[in-house]
Amino acid sequence: MSTPYSELTLNGLWKNNPALVQLLGLCPLLAVTGSVVNALGLGLATLFVLTLSNTAVSLIRHFVTDAIRLPAFVMIIASFTACIELLMKAYAFELYQILGIFIPLIVTNCSILGRADAFACKNPVLPAAYDGFIMGLGFALVLVVIGAIREIIGSATLFDNMQLLFGESAAQWKIVLSDDYPGFLVAILPPGAFLVVGFIIAAKNVVDMQLKRRADTRREKPAPGANRARVTGHIS
Amino acid sequence: MMPLAAIGRNGLLLAAFGLITTAGIALTFQGTKDTIAEQERLAQSRALLEIMPADTHSNDMLDHSFPLPSFSDLGLRSQDNGYHALNSRHDTLAVLIPVLARDGYSGDIRVLVGIAADSSIVGVRVLSHNETPGLGDKIDLKKSDWILSFNGKSLTNPILKGWSVKKDGGEFDAFTGATITPRAVTRAVLRALQYFETHRSELLTNNGEANS
Repeated sequence: MSTPYSELTLNGLWKNNPALVQLLGLCPLLAVTGSVVNALGLGLATLFVLTLSNTAVSLIRHFVTDAIRLPAFVMIIASFTACIELLMKAYAFELYQILGIFIPLIVTNCSILGRADAFACKNPVLPAAYDGFIMGLGFALVLVVIGAIREIIGSATLFDNMQLLFGESAAQWKIVLSDDYPGFLVAILPPGAFLVVGFIIAAKNVVDMQLKRRADTRREKPAPGANRARVTGHIS
Repeated sequence: MMPLAAIGRNGLLLAAFGLITTAGIALTFQGTKDTIAEQERLAQSRALLEIMPADTHSNDMLDHSFPLPSFSDLGLRSQDNGYHALNSRHDTLAVLIPVLARDGYSGDIRVLVGIAADSSIVGVRVLSHNETPGLGDKIDLKKSDWILSFNGKSLTNPILKGWSVKKDGGEFDAFTGATITPRAVTRAVLRALQYFETHRSELLTNNGEANS
């Protein structure tokens, strides 16, 4: 059972997006998306852990017996998370201080164990690594979009404090949309995250419905010249 | 006896996994240990240097730390260190003391107060807080320069009555929509000043050799 890469991509980014469809890992998602830089930081960390853990799980899939597969997977995920935490502390210390407790919480992000158990342990290394990467990317993208929306609505800035992640030169990336914006507290606080996620999911559903309707009408459109014939099946 | 064999096998497998993953973490820890220590030190000295910029003193303040006497007077929950800023003749120019404001709006506010030998405030910075973003977080220098209004103040300027926010009849501004936070910080700064007066000789003379 091998899934083509194009389908993996579509699944991770859209159809089965961990944040919007599976609704997994919501705790960090809601907690750290107050700004783009925080969202990107946690998104990248999750992406790394997910890719590495999927690769490792796939590598050992033939050795692990069914009875101990879950503890073994959790151990792998936990150790990668611990490594990422140490690396972040060493090379992005200030961001680490902001994200703090949410880095260790990556272990409990169900989407990671979910991918390990649902995909990685049944597939060869390359597709498994790719699945982890693309799922992580889908998660990170949603995080960044929410972060951007909350940052714009909450404090009328975009890409503030990017130097925490990309070094001093990134301090100039900050975009100030309005100088005397009073700030909109709800967007910055956790309820704002819930609202934004809700709206994004709703928007995704609308897009999906449009796509479906378009596909349906295309399918039902009678072939030219067949208008007057009684057609029971589809002519295509 | 199949189950027993399986249990043994699984146990060994899990143990192997434990060993391998722990080894991975241990290696990463070894590799990043020094960088992390360096980063932590940098982060700490950044806060100190904001109050006492590098050109105002001639020692590395992190090397001249000292345990604070009766730390609970500062609201601190555990023993902590203060820091000395010295001139080239090893006279104490200023003492930097951490204070904990426990009466903030949400959680503890950790404040660092720099007090010069003449009992006036060199500078105040908030080290960590969980105050409401957009309201209470204006105590953070990144958000507003309110915290600079303490510069140069002392126990006699203003007199004790003035050491509160304007809403309470004092001299320091409160933010619109957030009084509790600046009130807590103002009280903490006052507490640091009073602590300094009480332990004055102890705090100022404590500047022996660099300890590391």
